[in-house]
Order: sequence, then structure tokens, then C-alpha cells
Amino acid sequence: MPAKTRTRKSDLKSLTIRVCVGTGGLAAGSQDVIDEFTKQLKAKKIRATITKKCVNKTGCRGFCAKDVLVDVIRNRKTETYQLISPEMVSTIVENHIVNGEPVEKWLVGPEYHEFHNRQTKILLDQCGQIDPEDIDAYTAIDGYKGAKKALSMDPLEVIEEVRNSGLRGRGGAGFSCGMKWDFCRRTPATPRYIICNADEGDPGAFMDRSIIEGNPHSVIEGMIIGGYAIGAELGYVYIRAEYPLAVERLRIALDQAREKNYLGKNIFRTNYNFDIKIKLGAGAFVCGESTALMRSIEGKRGMPRPTPPRSVTKGLYDKPTALNNVETLANVPFILLKGADWFTSFGTRKNTGTKVFALTGKCKNTGLIEVPLGMSLKEIIYDIGGGVEKKRELKAVQTGGPSGGCIPAEHINMPVDFDSLTKIGSMMGSGGMVVMDDTTCMVDMAKFFLTFTEDESCGKCVPCRVGTKRMLEMLTRITEGRGRSGDIERLLELSDTIRLGSLCGLGRSAPYPVMSTIRFFRHEYEAHIHDGICPAGACKALRQYLVNEETCKMCGKCFRVCPSDAIVWEKKQFAKINKTKCIKCGSCYDACPFNAIL
Amino acid sequence: MSDNTFSVTINGKKIQCSPHETILQVAKRGNVYIPTLCHDDRLEPYGGCRLCLVQIDRASRPMPACTTPVADNMEIQTETGEIRKIRANIIDLLLSNHPNDCMRCEATGACTLQDLSYEYNVNGTRFYGEKWNLPIREDNPFISFEPNKCILCGRCTRICNEVVMAGTIELTGRGFKALPDTSFGKPRTLKNCEFCGQCVSTCPTGALTDRKGRGKGRSFELTKVRTTCSYCGTGCNFDLNVKDGKVVKVTSAYDAPVNHGNLCIKGRYGYDFIHSFERIKHPLIRKGDRMHAVSWDEALDHVADNFKRLLKKHGPGSVGGFSSSRCTNEENFLLAKFVRTVFRSNNVDNCARV
Repeated sequence: MPAKTRTRKSDLKSLTIRVCVGTGGLAAGSQDVIDEFTKQLKAKKIRATITKKCVNKTGCRGFCAKDVLVDVIRNRKTETYQLISPEMVSTIVENHIVNGEPVEKWLVGPEYHEFHNRQTKILLDQCGQIDPEDIDAYTAIDGYKGAKKALSMDPLEVIEEVRNSGLRGRGGAGFSCGMKWDFCRRTPATPRYIICNADEGDPGAFMDRSIIEGNPHSVIEGMIIGGYAIGAELGYVYIRAEYPLAVERLRIALDQAREKNYLGKNIFRTNYNFDIKIKLGAGAFVCGESTALMRSIEGKRGMPRPTPPRSVTKGLYDKPTALNNVETLANVPFILLKGADWFTSFGTRKNTGTKVFALTGKCKNTGLIEVPLGMSLKEIIYDIGGGVEKKRELKAVQTGGPSGGCIPAEHINMPVDFDSLTKIGSMMGSGGMVVMDDTTCMVDMAKFFLTFTEDESCGKCVPCRVGTKRMLEMLTRITEGRGRSGDIERLLELSDTIRLGSLCGLGRSAPYPVMSTIRFFRHEYEAHIHDGICPAGACKALRQYLVNEETCKMCGKCFRVCPSDAIVWEKKQFAKINKTKCIKCGSCYDACPFNAIL
Repeated sequence: MSDNTFSVTINGKKIQCSPHETILQVAKRGNVYIPTLCHDDRLEPYGGCRLCLVQIDRASRPMPACTTPVADNMEIQTETGEIRKIRANIIDLLLSNHPNDCMRCEATGACTLQDLSYEYNVNGTRFYGEKWNLPIREDNPFISFEPNKCILCGRCTRICNEVVMAGTIELTGRGFKALPDTSFGKPRTLKNCEFCGQCVSTCPTGALTDRKGRGKGRSFELTKVRTTCSYCGTGCNFDLNVKDGKVVKVTSAYDAPVNHGNLCIKGRYGYDFIHSFERIKHPLIRKGDRMHAVSWDEALDHVADNFKRLLKKHGPGSVGGFSSSRCTNEENFLLAKFVRTVFRSNNVDNCARV
């Protein structure tokens, strides 16, 4: 077909294909997609006519529900495909790349653009665009210019700039980053250390992982600036061993930075020395707590110690230490480069900048989102998240991971920022956001989070070690219909003891899921205990399956799926459920095409 | 008092203190009682049991007295209703995973948990649930470990690592499953344990007990006789715990000036010789082939006569004194002095060369 070949040559001037290869993308099979693209393009000999980086690895762009996502930038015109599998690649190559006609049916829908357009991306913007394994890609977008600028300033000026930006710690507590650095700098002892906390352990939270996987240099640059500001010559990144890809990319980034003399002796041709070491965490949630993390780096058992003294005065190896979260540090280069005023233009007065949230649960569009602080919960869930799945009713939103609380639907107009969340009895935490609809049982939800905190308690202090255990047992009894009157009061009393008595922040916040659900959904607890009913129908043990003879069509599907022979049925007869044999698995409920099982 | 002292108020009582002191230290000096389980004066403050929580005027939440340093003009309340409630709940939680087996427990009468349970009137039934059901560990002749009675105060592991520096036991597992144990749960042998019994000495409950004294008497039946260890010249003080004229175990108190309650395997467990039938209880003089028991007067006269004879015949260089490393410093000093001033000899030595 000589005609087509001619078209191709004249038409196809540049071609870049971007495939998401974050952990989410890889899990969805993006490596296969990349291989397929390479193979197909090679076979069609297109390679000779396009730029070298035809398949460019990028980090996560946040919209994980629709992975694998592929950008095809043909002649500078970007089209994005969603849910791509290797079998679809040949069609894309043939129709789009060769013929210039995008495959409409696989292109992303309006929700993709909605999801992205309503966000304000500072950190994640770079994540989806540059090659995380190439330092030049980062320097091309003004990377390391913030660090260069900082090193030309006085350390105190750097601190002042960060303080003026109002940047608050993104790890949970929301302490002012500038103040922390100031306290650390003012402690006379040396050496000082800066630590990046990448021990992201909250179930469902993966913003730190995505930032390191997508743009590790931004974190390194943030640490250089922070290290210079506080006067540290050594930094540690404490990262979970469960994040192998992030660790690998961080290692590559550190090596590249050392090669360029951005790390090491006399960096950026100044007389400042700074280097960064990676420390792998061994999978304990508590090691995300600052003092436990430092003990873990020292090689001891990761258990928190009481404060004061705070780590800014007595931290790692008893020396002044500034410990910042990945997201906090990734914000720092922007502040230095673009100025504190630019940063304060996002968010509200006391909650400046943007925050990355992991939007999960019963929400249409799940994934990582970045929004300015102070955006209302409603906008996040309905405009970005696309509302509740299957058009069900929103019941509550859980924020802050296992230590956070839940926010009932009636408070949906509240702004999402550090102070408002704390006020309502929840917390920012690391930025998890779980959307719950009316099929979620709040007691069950509290039980889920308590299971996590109970399992992850280090065992040092009594209220957390035994208290969460007893609380979990009480919640389990309630969800199994063995609750007693007085259990709610006992739960509240125990919550108080754990909240006030525990040693570290993890223990003190462990009862929040229970306290906030009792506060807003006490009637659900009461229904479980007094009436033996789970209003949401989620607690298996409290479910009673019955056949509604008005709607039953005697098809026998329930009979066939029942694993415990609890259903009695014969042709042309209504099915009956034998309660003693029923194991409440719900198979019949799912199998019935006529909703005749209640 | 130097300039940098200041005062704090505990329960309305003004107490002078210096910086770097903790609230607990100041309270102890001022005779204000604050309950503790994980605190031992020999160890670094830990802050794990949360019983020493006190209310400080400027703090938003209760703070542990054992780790919080005092600050100028601090106002501290140790017995508010809220604090007492938290403490009661904590003890209740501890007892909810405790065998509550005081009737036959070795530690009855000397158990801090028991005392606190009495003081706060709780018995561990309010927050009921799963209890540990682990076997008793008696894999060695000296130390018995009943995991079910352990309250995870960490004192045994800390004394092993901070004071003895043996590193025999450390906390293993986490959360409700955490337990002080040897590495990989191996039995204690001389390879991994010094058997100094320091862990037993600091255990506030009946989890760690001396096997040798088990069932031979409880603290209120025992008479404590303070004495000095005869094994080496260090001069550790300890108490022989005596019941019916028999030593059943050895303990040591923190106020012992040399050792502050610390002992080694010899001092703590090497007391069998006291009641040994082979023990020599009288002076013996050899007459012919046999040793004959004699009175102290006779023996001393015999020794003095012979020394005098030798000194007269061969001079001071012919005699000397050789004392034992098991004597105290003072006894060794006296012997040297005696030899030098009475015998006028410099032939003095001692077997302490290890």
C-alpha cells in the first residue's frame, strides 16, 4: 500500500506514547502494554520515523480505577486511552498511530477530564509527566533550581520563607514545617539530621509512594533544602520495604543526584556537604511514628518513647532531628522556587497549599487526587469523585486512615483542612478518604479500623495494647449480635482511657473511629445491641435470610448455589430456608434474579 | 542551693527541685506517692505502664511523671478524679489478661499489681476478653517464667540490656502478642544467660520468680537479714530471706550502698552452702591423722603460739598472710595491716587475681 506509507511519512511527525507504570499501573499490566507497543511499532517499522522515547515511563497520574492509561501524543496532539490491555494495542497502532484516527470507544470519558480538571495539581502534575528515572527530565522542568536558590540564601532566610508559606506537615498532625526547622536549628547540639518519613502505613493511602515513584527528585530536593536550613549534613529516607519500586527509583535518583554533585561534598559548588541514606522499614505501622522511626533507624526495636524531649531537640541518636513527611518535603522546592506568596495563594489562610488524598471506597472515580486545602467535601466527592457508586446514598466519609474519624453525610459541606477535620473529631492523617454508602455498617467499619490498630500496636503501653484488644472484642461481639446493654458506655469509657492514657499519637488516636461512629451513628450501635439488627445489612451474623413468597418464581437458583444444603426446594414450589443449617453466606441473596430473598 | 533550682507544686505542696529531674523523682523526694509499674530506679525511664500519669496545669492531657521533666512553677495534681479513673481502667485492663491467681502465686504480698488492684478496687472483669494461656517456662534451674502473669512492663528486658548488658531477653512480637523472651524462644542456658536473676529482682508481679525459693515461703512470712556477700571483695549487700531458721532466697534492696539492688549469680543463687551438711562450722586442729573440732579460743591460741615460735626462731620473713578474695575489702585490709604491724612482714597476698 504505497499510498498509505506516503501518508504516514508525511503525516506522522512526532510520536510519544506515555504509559502509566506506577505500582497501580504495573499491577494492571502496564508492562505488557509497553512491550506490546514496542513490538508492534518495531514490526511496522514506525520506529525509524518517530522520536526515540516512544514509550516513556511515567509515574502514577492518580486515576487508578481506569488503569492501564495510555497517552498517545501524535503530532503534539494528546489523546488518552483507558483500561488498555495488550490485545488492544494493535488496533491503536493501526488506527491511531498509522492512520491518525483515534479509537473513540477506548478513549477516556468525560469523568477523566472532570477528575483531573477540578484538581489543582502541584505535586502530582510532575508525577504523570516526567520520567522518574531520568534526572534530566526533572531538571528540564526547573528541578533542583529551588535547592540552588536555597543554597545561595542564609539558612534562616530559607526557614523564614518556608514559615511564611504556612506549609504544615502532611503526615497527619499538621505542625508548621518552618517552625519545626526553626526549633531544630536553634538546638545547639550537632550533628543534626533530617529524616524523610516514607513509612506510609495507612491502609488505602498511597500518596507518598506515588510521589516517590513518580518524582523522587522532588523529595530529594526538598531534603537538601531542609538539611541546609537546619544545618544537617546527613539525611535519611525511612521507607517501607513493601514499596520495592519506590525504593528502586529512589536509589536511582540518589545515584544520579550524586553524579551531578547535587549530593555529596560541596554540593552545587558551595561549601555545604549533604548526603542521603535509605533505611528500609520492616513493615511495622508504628515505625511511622517519629520516635519509633528513629529508634528503628538506630537498629533498636521500633517503639515510641514519651515526649518531651521532642525529636527536634533529642531525636535520632539523641541529636536534633527534623522529621518530615514525603509530601511536605516535595512541596518545599516549589516554595523556594516560586515563593511563599505563590504557595499561600492556594488553600485557605491557615491551611495553605494543596493536599493529596487517596479517594477510595464506594466512590465512582477512585484514585489519587490533589486539591487545595479548604475545598469542600462535597466538591471532592461529587465533582472529582463522580459521586457514590451505583447512585446509592452517601452515608459518611472516613478521613485520616485508621486513626481518623468519620464524617456523616450531613456535614458534607464542610471544608477539608487540618483544623476543620480535627474539630469534627476526625483528622487529616496522611490523607486517606473512604467514601461509604448506606450499605456500610458503621460498627463494622469501626471494627475494621480497630482490627488494624490492634494488630499494629507495638505493645509498649497498656491502654493501647490491651485497650484496643478489648475494644475490638467488644465491637466483634456487637457485630455478632452478642452485645450487651452498657457496651456503648464501656466503649466510650475505654476510648477515653486510650485517648488520654496512651503513649504515642497512634494509640491516642486509635479510638477515634469508635468515638466518631458512636457520636454520629449511635442508633446503629443500639440497633445491633438491643434489636439484634444491622441496619446496613452488612453484619453477616445478624442477617436473617427469608424467601419472599410473593416475588419468588420457584426457579431454584438459590437451592443450587447454597453450599450448606439449607434451602429446601422442589420444582414448582417456593424455596424455604432452614435457619439452623444456614451459614449466612449470602450466596442465595446474590443468586436470586427476582430479589425474592430478603 | 544553687541558682538554677526552682520549685514546683505537687498537690498543693511546694517542693524545691533542679532542672533535669523528673516529676516522679521530685514527688518521691517530697513524699508524694505516685503509683508505677514499669519504673525501677536502676533503669532509664520508660513511660510504658501509664500509671504515673499526672495532671499538669499547662498540659492538655495527662503526662507520665516518670519521663516528664519538671519546669519552673509547674502545678501538678496526682490524684484528680480523671487521673484515678484512667489508672483504675489501666489496672482493670491489665487484670483482664492476668490469671488473677493470687491464692497460690509466689509473689503474693510482694506484687505491685496486687497492691494496685486493692488500692483501686478493680478485678479485671469489666473489660473481659481473651486471656493468654501460655505454658510455664522452667527450662533452667534458676528462673521460672509464667508468661500469663507478665504485664509487659519491660523491666526484665531493660535490666538485662541496660544494667547487665547480657541481652538475654528482649520484647518479641507486638501488640497483644508481645512477650519478653530469649531469641527464637530458646531455653536459657549458660550460652545465652548469666543467670544473675536481675530480671527476677525487678519483676513487679509473679511472672518471673526464683525457682529455688518457689513454694518455700512468701514475702510476709520471711524475715530479712541484711548481710554482705562473701563471694568477692565488691561487698554487695543483700538480704537473706529466712523462714523457720532456713534461708529460702536472697533479695537485695535498692538502698544497698554498693550494688543498688543488683546481684550476680553467686550472690543471688549461691547460698546452698549455708545449709550444707559438709559445711565446716567449728575450727579444726590436726592431731595426728585426724582433724579435731576445737573451741575458737583453743584454735586461736594454737595459731598464736605457733606464729610466735616461728617469728622467734626464723624472723618476720618466715611468716606471711594470704587472704581470700571472698573476704570483704575491710577484712583484707585488716589482714594486711595485721601482718605488717604485728608480724613486721611484707609477705601479704590475696587470691583475687581473676
